Amino acid sequence: MEKTWNNKAWFLVLPVLLLVAFSAVIPLMTVVNYSVQDTFGNNQFFWAGTDWFDDILHSDRFWQALQRNLLFSFIILALEIPLGIFIALNMPRKGIGVSVCLVLMALPLLIPWNVVGTIWQVFGRVDIGLLGRTLAILGVDYNYVRDPIDAWITVIVMDVWHWTSLVVLLCYAGLVSIPDAYYQAAKIDGASRFSVFRYIQLPKMKRVLLIAVLLRFMDSFMIYTEPFVVTGGGPGNSTTFLSIDLVKMAVGQFDLGPAAAMSIVYFLIILLLSWVFYTVMTSRDAEN
Amino acid sequence: MARITLDHIRHAYGANPVSESDYALREVDHEWNDGGAYALLGPSGCGKTTLLNIISGLLQPSHGRILFDGRDVTELSTQARNIAQVFQFPVVYDTMTVYDNLAFPLRNRHVPEAEVDRRVREMLEIIDLSGMAKRKAQRLTADQKQKISLGRGLVRNDVNAILFDEPLTVIDPHMKWVLRSQLKRLHKQFGFTMVYVTHDQTEALTFADKVVVMYEGQIVQIGTPAELFEKPRHTFVGYFIGSPGMNVMPARISGNRVSIGSESIELDNAPRIGGDERIELGIRPEFIRFAREGLKVKINRIEDIGRRKIVRAEFEGRPIAIVASEDVEIPAEPRIVFDPARINVYADSWRVGEEA
Amino acid sequence: MLELRKAAKMVAGEYHIHPTDLTLARGSLNVLLGPTLAGKTSLMRLMAGLDRPTSGSVHFDGQDVTGLAVQKRNVAMVYQQFINYPSLTVYENIASPLRIAGKDAATIDREVRKAAELLRLSPYLDRTPLSLSGGQQQRTALARALVKNASLVLMDEPLANLDYKLREELREELPKVFAQSGAIFVYATTEPSEALLLGGNTATLSEGRITQFGPTISVYRRPADLVTARTFADPPLNFIEMVKSGDAFQHRNTEGLPVPAHLRAIENGPVTVAFHPHHLGFSQQTPEAAKLNARVQISEITGSESFVHLEYDGVKWVMLAPGIHDIDPDTGIDVFLDTRHLMAFGSDGRAIAAAAA
Repeated sequence: MEKTWNNKAWFLVLPVLLLVAFSAVIPLMTVVNYSVQDTFGNNQFFWAGTDWFDDILHSDRFWQALQRNLLFSFIILALEIPLGIFIALNMPRKGIGVSVCLVLMALPLLIPWNVVGTIWQVFGRVDIGLLGRTLAILGVDYNYVRDPIDAWITVIVMDVWHWTSLVVLLCYAGLVSIPDAYYQAAKIDGASRFSVFRYIQLPKMKRVLLIAVLLRFMDSFMIYTEPFVVTGGGPGNSTTFLSIDLVKMAVGQFDLGPAAAMSIVYFLIILLLSWVFYTVMTSRDAEN
Repeated sequence: MARITLDHIRHAYGANPVSESDYALREVDHEWNDGGAYALLGPSGCGKTTLLNIISGLLQPSHGRILFDGRDVTELSTQARNIAQVFQFPVVYDTMTVYDNLAFPLRNRHVPEAEVDRRVREMLEIIDLSGMAKRKAQRLTADQKQKISLGRGLVRNDVNAILFDEPLTVIDPHMKWVLRSQLKRLHKQFGFTMVYVTHDQTEALTFADKVVVMYEGQIVQIGTPAELFEKPRHTFVGYFIGSPGMNVMPARISGNRVSIGSESIELDNAPRIGGDERIELGIRPEFIRFAREGLKVKINRIEDIGRRKIVRAEFEGRPIAIVASEDVEIPAEPRIVFDPARINVYADSWRVGEEA
Repeated sequence: MLELRKAAKMVAGEYHIHPTDLTLARGSLNVLLGPTLAGKTSLMRLMAGLDRPTSGSVHFDGQDVTGLAVQKRNVAMVYQQFINYPSLTVYENIASPLRIAGKDAATIDREVRKAAELLRLSPYLDRTPLSLSGGQQQRTALARALVKNASLVLMDEPLANLDYKLREELREELPKVFAQSGAIFVYATTEPSEALLLGGNTATLSEGRITQFGPTISVYRRPADLVTARTFADPPLNFIEMVKSGDAFQHRNTEGLPVPAHLRAIENGPVTVAFHPHHLGFSQQTPEAAKLNARVQISEITGSESFVHLEYDGVKWVMLAPGIHDIDPDTGIDVFLDTRHLMAFGSDGRAIAAAAA
């Protein structure tokens, strides 16, 4: 679609431009500024060049946190996308069931991040939590405070619970836009349930799936609040993701320089990975 | 291919139909021949799509049975009925090639791959898409996609019937001609039973051996294109078929004289009418010609549509349409003559026969 | 008066509309005729001001309006989809442009009732559009475009989504409605028969170019080139490549055709001969009709007429003959071609001489 030429349009976007400048560009420049300087307090700054970047890129702590992030995002996508598609496929298309399902699906999305964290933190506690207690009674050795595997499971289950709905809603929107004639034609052609999914539903959901994967990847890669509330990055460093590490460094240890350098590296990684995802998925789209 | 029997079928979308008007489809009781080409023609909401869906099995009729070759299929699903259908908007599997699209219904039925290949190639020839076998179906034009939809039905040589649901809606006029005559040739060649739903009279008449005209949930006439044109059973058929439709005007009958306003015409035979029905006379614009002597008309407008002229005139205070050929000069003081053999008389909208 | 002066639209280095000169007079009805993707909608968007031409200019009553936004141009549009405000009544739908213009209640009421009367919507004024039939919904959209009293009304295939018979009715009414307004009407369609029924002027479009513009019936009868002739023919035009030598047109291994009087003057050599399907017939109606032997491929019957698909010396033709002729495929028959209506085109596709009538 093309637009009319009208220079007034610039005035309309000006507030947004200003907002973006204040909320993103200026803070980002400040961070860049910090990343190339060193300070010992008293507002005294020294030029540090790329030293902090060297430090970050050579620290095991950074690479381990990055590995944890990648693993976490991978598991999240591997669980939420198929599960989301599966639920969307089985949701009703007509009648009162539609609105009931949509409301149920939307509920977790409406809860603030830290509340989700708190809910699960309490839910999973071995002493008073409904889940933790039940598992303990059933004889399952579960304790997210002590056991790194249990901590990971908790964080992952929590994220799946919180965000699968988003994938479901996006896929559902894609599915309902498929005209009935396609299903009728497939029936007449004798297509199996799987063929209908593979050749009709999946191709029609491709666009929304791309958005779902991108959103879920970026979000899960930047995860902070929920694990911070539940596990605080522990036990040990087992759930210390880049974001948690960053906050520890910047606020906990007040290492502004390295933290700034790390956040820039972090930002660039997200940008790069999102770009890779996007180009890979859209180029496959263009081939067809 | 199969003979289709519609055994006292009625359908209502609502749960408890009380009156006749609750039925989207009122009493349909017909038998359609094996290998026939039928068109269901009517305006939107006349029940033609309902009837098609009942035949295809997407809809269970509220009453009555449907039989293929004498076998009751009323309870069978679409799949089990073994039919093919072409929809209004082309349905193709976007991610597959043209070849795979055609192979799809065969592969689903576990036909051996060698046989699949043979039949798909044959079908590609028939629908004129051999050169595009390896192309992705998504990028094709609407008419090519429609050909694929058709091909997917034809490639299974065991289908009972092929159903068409307004298949030329999205096709450009020039391509319509090509597809239509191709379809007709296929029918002559292979003799499938075909049912074609449309609101376009040209499509219906040119395609079908028998046209089923529907109006307000009823079949008002089943006939060959010529029967529908020359002897419409109901004034609706007269109006709906032909462009412009039949001229229908209130009339009075006495013996074999029919009077319209102050004018009167002699008929070949006296129509068989009772006492107090509403009598109308119907005459097609094509069967009125200009003459030296005859009925007086006032011409309002002449539409020159290329190969013929449509004359919009006033006769006894009512509008009348007259069709004249390209080369006819319209006289300054026009008089018209109705071809007496082509006059139809209607009592309460239904055509009456002649006295023996 | 709307003028396009060398107006062109380029998208990604490709012309969607080639540089176009076009002048539309006030109070005229202009049909844009062409197949899908010929550029009808793109051209309308240029006229409306929804798109700015890449080069060239648009003038209204002599004034350059090239960059002027559509909101300032007093343009009305009607689309293929029935676009109405679903929650407003038909009355309020029709009144909406007047309310925006800030007219007083009495004027609004008068204008709405006038338009409703004209489009036969008076009984439905209190209903909402979705409770009406497709034809009535489109009438509502048309009424809204009319009351706006726009100087330019653009209609993009407005009848395409309607039933055949409803289309026929509206086609008959529209010219009357247009005649009562002083606006410039532009009407896009893919159907030649629709252009003929509407009358007025027709511009035929092909691949982003206007191939001819003039009074509808004369464009139909005297197309300037092959592309126009082909675009403006339904049923499709019949063609045959022939060689003129003296007073005969020759084709490969046939006896050929006598050259009719109006084509005598053209030079000897190859020529494309074209004619409409209804100029072929089963009997010799005029002395100028030439007898040809053709083979029947398939016949289609419309009730009063028959379309007979023929093959003549390897060339495919369609004949439209009155009466019912159901002839078996592969039968050889004699047909008569009324040579008075032949059109001839040169190797460049330009018309050499048009039909006499």
